[in-house]
Amino acid sequence: MSKSKSEPLFRISKRDDISFKKALMIRAIALAAALLVAGIVIIMIVHVNPFKVYGTMFLGAFGTRMRSWVTVRDIMTLLCIAVGLAPAFAMKFWNVGAEGQILIGGISTVFCMKYFDNLPTFVLFLVMIITSMLCGAIWGFLPGFFKANWNTNETLFTLMMNYIAIQFTSFMVAKWENPFGSNSVGIVNNDSMRGWLPSMFSSSPGDDYGWNVVIVMIAVVAMFVYLKYSKQGYEISVVGDSVNTARYAGIRVNKVYIRTMLISGAVCGLAGFVAVSGASHTISTSTAGGRGFTAIIVAWLAKFNTFTMIFISALLIFLDKGASQIASDYHINEHVSQIITSIILFFLLGCEFFINYNVKFKKSSKKSKEVAA
Amino acid sequence: MSEAMVQILTLFHSGVVYGVIILFGALGEIITEKTGHLNLGVPGIMYLGGISGLMASFFYENNNPDANTAISIILAIVFAFIGSALGGLIYAFLTISLRANQNVTGLALTIFGSGFANFFGGMLNSMSGGVGQISVATASNGFRAYISAIAGNDTKDPLYAIFGYGWLAYVAIALAVILYFVLNKTRVGLSLRAVGEDPATADAAGINVTKYKYFGICIGAGISGMGGLYYTMDYIKGTWANDGTIEALGWLAVALVIFTTWKPLNAIWGAILFGICYWSYLYIPGLDRSSSEIFKMLPYLFTLAVLIVVSLRKKRETQPPAHLGLPYFREER
Repeated sequence: MSKSKSEPLFRISKRDDISFKKALMIRAIALAAALLVAGIVIIMIVHVNPFKVYGTMFLGAFGTRMRSWVTVRDIMTLLCIAVGLAPAFAMKFWNVGAEGQILIGGISTVFCMKYFDNLPTFVLFLVMIITSMLCGAIWGFLPGFFKANWNTNETLFTLMMNYIAIQFTSFMVAKWENPFGSNSVGIVNNDSMRGWLPSMFSSSPGDDYGWNVVIVMIAVVAMFVYLKYSKQGYEISVVGDSVNTARYAGIRVNKVYIRTMLISGAVCGLAGFVAVSGASHTISTSTAGGRGFTAIIVAWLAKFNTFTMIFISALLIFLDKGASQIASDYHINEHVSQIITSIILFFLLGCEFFINYNVKFKKSSKKSKEVAA
Repeated sequence: MSEAMVQILTLFHSGVVYGVIILFGALGEIITEKTGHLNLGVPGIMYLGGISGLMASFFYENNNPDANTAISIILAIVFAFIGSALGGLIYAFLTISLRANQNVTGLALTIFGSGFANFFGGMLNSMSGGVGQISVATASNGFRAYISAIAGNDTKDPLYAIFGYGWLAYVAIALAVILYFVLNKTRVGLSLRAVGEDPATADAAGINVTKYKYFGICIGAGISGMGGLYYTMDYIKGTWANDGTIEALGWLAVALVIFTTWKPLNAIWGAILFGICYWSYLYIPGLDRSSSEIFKMLPYLFTLAVLIVVSLRKKRETQPPAHLGLPYFREER
């Protein structure tokens, strides 16, 4: 190289490969930095020792047996949505419509609870699961169909489908209103508890959420195998890497789009079933409650690995529960959880850069050759 | 005047008021998307704008018993712009410099904005004690002042439907026109569009792509934030309410950008149409509560229809910026 007058402050080069340990370390540093920043924010707001606050957060998430189960339940619901989004994102199809797909799945679940409650228990659950997945699949099919045939922008399409689903939910809530004038559906089948997902270790529903875990973990394993070891999963990853390569290899991209969106929507619909039958036993416009969006971040950060998603969902739900506890203990409002969550998300998103790229600073650039590996 | 006429006028009026909030959001997002970045953080940015402006006026008016209207208004606007532009800066830094995914970062920004605004909004409400709601009367009255000599106070007067808005509404319309000229008639606008269409070519032509993206996103965010300010200062009269309206309108703003096929002038009537659609269920006879919910789907259905038609026709003028949502890394060309 000739004498360059001004060398830039730092140079960026793409890493070919990074060891799992190093990537994990970068993420851990990012998480620590995020907790530090969040801690500073907490001190500024409540003037309390942040370690004490993080202790409070732990109690909020796992303080009692019931709290732990509720935390697990919420992790499972979020996880299920993220699992549903995984195949769509793996083929770079931006399904931001989970919110709507959950609601539609939830509505169909409530429908079954209300009108098919004379079916035998096992059949009823089967019907509920199938209809919720079917409805979710329809909601996923539409954007997939238009993307496949006319390359309609799927981000914007699925976003609009969310709002159509939300309005449809308001419509059904008004139809099913109980008691009249409450503007809510109330707890469905409050007396008979028909269609409520039972507890695993006790006879009263809602005592634990073991079955939620079972259903979602089946989805986690099945999706992992599907994406990693099936031919269709392989096709998805080829389409995700390059549509042109996929075409050249003889993959029918249109078919892959539609098929994958049917699957993605179906699993998100299943999440609607889990959220309604396994948790709230009612439906409202907040049944999805932004989790469809949070799950996008989970799926993205996990790089479509459904097992990694377990940890990320757990982290986010832990923060959420913990922050609610802070809010009630220190008399501040509960939106502090959103602030902390988003700070951590910013850091985790930003740290991906340091995993994918190598940054060499000006001074150290001459002697850093051996470090760069 | 006939009863129907009066109803149409009041519907138009409430449609315009909602439309202005959406219009600001959409104008900012048009600039952002012209740089090739799909920012799904618009609702969050509008939250940030709303709360920053409100807080600035609140602290000024709280500490000065005889607050000056003009100062309070300027403070609100400046802080609303800065607050939301900072939100845009977070997004820009993560997506441009750190090359994070645009959709995911935008959504995280929406979570941040809504959390930040509702947290501090709630805190302001509890700080003001007693009533449980803050009110920045001086600034709000300043924002809501309209040309009463022409418009009068009679909501049945046709003039009221044209002149009966806070002045920020006219700023929004003027801004749309200015944006049209800047984007289509100036060199800066040309460069900005080039960056969104084909950053590699723009880069080769000597345009500083990174600079255009940063400025486009931050200024865009600042303008979107004005929508939040109009909502807090004008629509709910200088108070804070935590009912998620800003978020719903923010998504409508994203929808409006598609609906207008990325053209600022279309955004003016598009925003008013969206506003009217939003309220039309109140004026259609014979709707019960459930079917009125179906009517509220209209803006979204319209947008979907436009999205589909645009992709079917493939006309060059109505396509999204070619590089929208795609990352640009110079070394990966």
